[in-house]
Amino acid sequence: MNDALAKNINAIDFASIRKDFPILDQDVNGYPLVYLDNAATTQKPQSVIQSLKNYYSRNNSNVHRGAHTLSDRATADFENARVEVQHFVNASKREEIIWTRGTTESINLVAQSYARPRLTNKDIIIVSAMEHHSNIVPWQMVCEQTGATLKVIPVNDQGELDLSAFQDMLSEQVKMVSVGHVSNALGSINPVKEIIEAAHAVGAKVMIDGAQAAPHFAIDVVDLDCDFYAFSGHKLFGPTGIGVLYGKESLLESMQPYQGGGEMIEVVSFDKTTFNQLPYKFEAGTPNIAGAIGLGAAIQYLNQFDRLELQRYEDGLLELATEQALATDDIKLVGTAKNKTGVLSFLIEGTHPHDVGTLLDQQGIAVRTGHHCAMPIMKQFNIPGTIRASFSFYNNQQDVERLFAAINKVKTFLV
Amino acid sequence: MTNPFGTTITSSDIVEDLSFFDSWEDRYRYIIDLGKQLPAIDESLKTDDRLIQGCQSQVWLEPYYHNGVLSFDVDSDAHIVRGLLAMVMSAYNNKPPAEIQAFDIDSFFNDIDLVKHLSPTRGNGLRAMVQKIKTIAQSNGPS
Ligand SMILES: Cc1ncc(COP(=O)(O)O)c(C=O)c1O
Repeated sequence: MNDALAKNINAIDFASIRKDFPILDQDVNGYPLVYLDNAATTQKPQSVIQSLKNYYSRNNSNVHRGAHTLSDRATADFENARVEVQHFVNASKREEIIWTRGTTESINLVAQSYARPRLTNKDIIIVSAMEHHSNIVPWQMVCEQTGATLKVIPVNDQGELDLSAFQDMLSEQVKMVSVGHVSNALGSINPVKEIIEAAHAVGAKVMIDGAQAAPHFAIDVVDLDCDFYAFSGHKLFGPTGIGVLYGKESLLESMQPYQGGGEMIEVVSFDKTTFNQLPYKFEAGTPNIAGAIGLGAAIQYLNQFDRLELQRYEDGLLELATEQALATDDIKLVGTAKNKTGVLSFLIEGTHPHDVGTLLDQQGIAVRTGHHCAMPIMKQFNIPGTIRASFSFYNNQQDVERLFAAINKVKTFLV
Repeated sequence: MTNPFGTTITSSDIVEDLSFFDSWEDRYRYIIDLGKQLPAIDESLKTDDRLIQGCQSQVWLEPYYHNGVLSFDVDSDAHIVRGLLAMVMSAYNNKPPAEIQAFDIDSFFNDIDLVKHLSPTRGNGLRAMVQKIKTIAQSNGPS
């Protein structure tokens, strides 16, 4: 066992954590499941599953409208979940927390409601070369719509942002900078605080894609001073179809909704419609009530731990996996940033990631293979994709060992 | 190397061979081995317009229609996918279009227990490949 793991494995009660996630206790293709696809989606603790069951079997009702008890209960739970999220990211007000379907929708909301009405063909939006497609395409669409230009922060061979190139790109024309907190394809943790400060110095607003950060460490939007922050419930041990957009209140106030419908309005007449107040004005239609409540339960689940301890434990797992990868012939790591979390992306020389993934699956090991919705960075590294093992705190040393034993077996087939 | 699939190696040969294996190791070694018997296509044929969409790995297909018989050059950059392609070729290669159209590919895939490999989400593009071959057979067939 490596030092980091040894130090932290005692700090958390691993056996009991594992029991909280019923899905992990099963055989897949005749082998005990090793789930290492946490960057795609995380598994759900019993308490989240129970909260969904409870909602649908006791409280299901529409929110903010019924004059009856069930609706009151559903509304209270739904709004309490918002407050959980508010505290989770350390936002000052509940009005700054908007429910969305996920990170993708959160970014699209900012692109359409903030950027689109404000940008012109003289303006610049900056993203980075390692972004997920969800943090590229919404901005490309705004550029199409407004004539603005999209510029890209370069990434070095280790998978780190070139900050001096970023500094050189900054000017008064830059109106929006949107970067990932943690790269889903490489695992790099980006120095977003520095980026935010530099962008603010030229008057640009900053959006952070936190889809891969929120599951691994505490987020503090006040400390970061970001203008917008997005993450997905399903990657944070919560249900699918629910996500969060945090936005500074003054900015959200100044924005017009891009979707209209029920819930988000105050008065509708054919002469004039006035919008509801924050946060509802951005939540058109019946929201994912169960999803929000489930996400609240996931955050409550996380709150019982010292997140720093969980993070150190996960770092220990990643370190162990990295050591084993370096000790295995023919493995080439993709993404070797100094500051990383959660993700080991690699190739096995002479094999195709798809073949490796198929043969790992036969041994009960779930990894992701392919371009991870980050084609530009794959193109930069001149590879079709990678094999990605991604970790969570419910993984353990045995999972890492099973992975590498299985990789050695795969090599007997393919290398 | 000539392509043995659809001539010396038929779809029923493959169904029979696979019925002997009971471990996944043997099945996959066999599949990979089939792939090795599939002749590689000429590099000049590996163009974007010959790519089958929807594959995580790259899969190229070039059809030939000659003397009433359809034959195919196929290739992939992934070993297992090459094996799967070889299996598809055992059913389709060197066949008159009418025979291709009449062949019950679903029950063949069932027999070799490959159904899960064909799920579109697996990203191997086999379904798209089969669809493409059927379309080619239709446009060359008696209709
Ligand atoms: C960095 C990053 N951004 C955005 C997304 C999109 O998240 P969602 O599909 O939940 O909207 C993902 C998910 O893969 C991601 O990893």
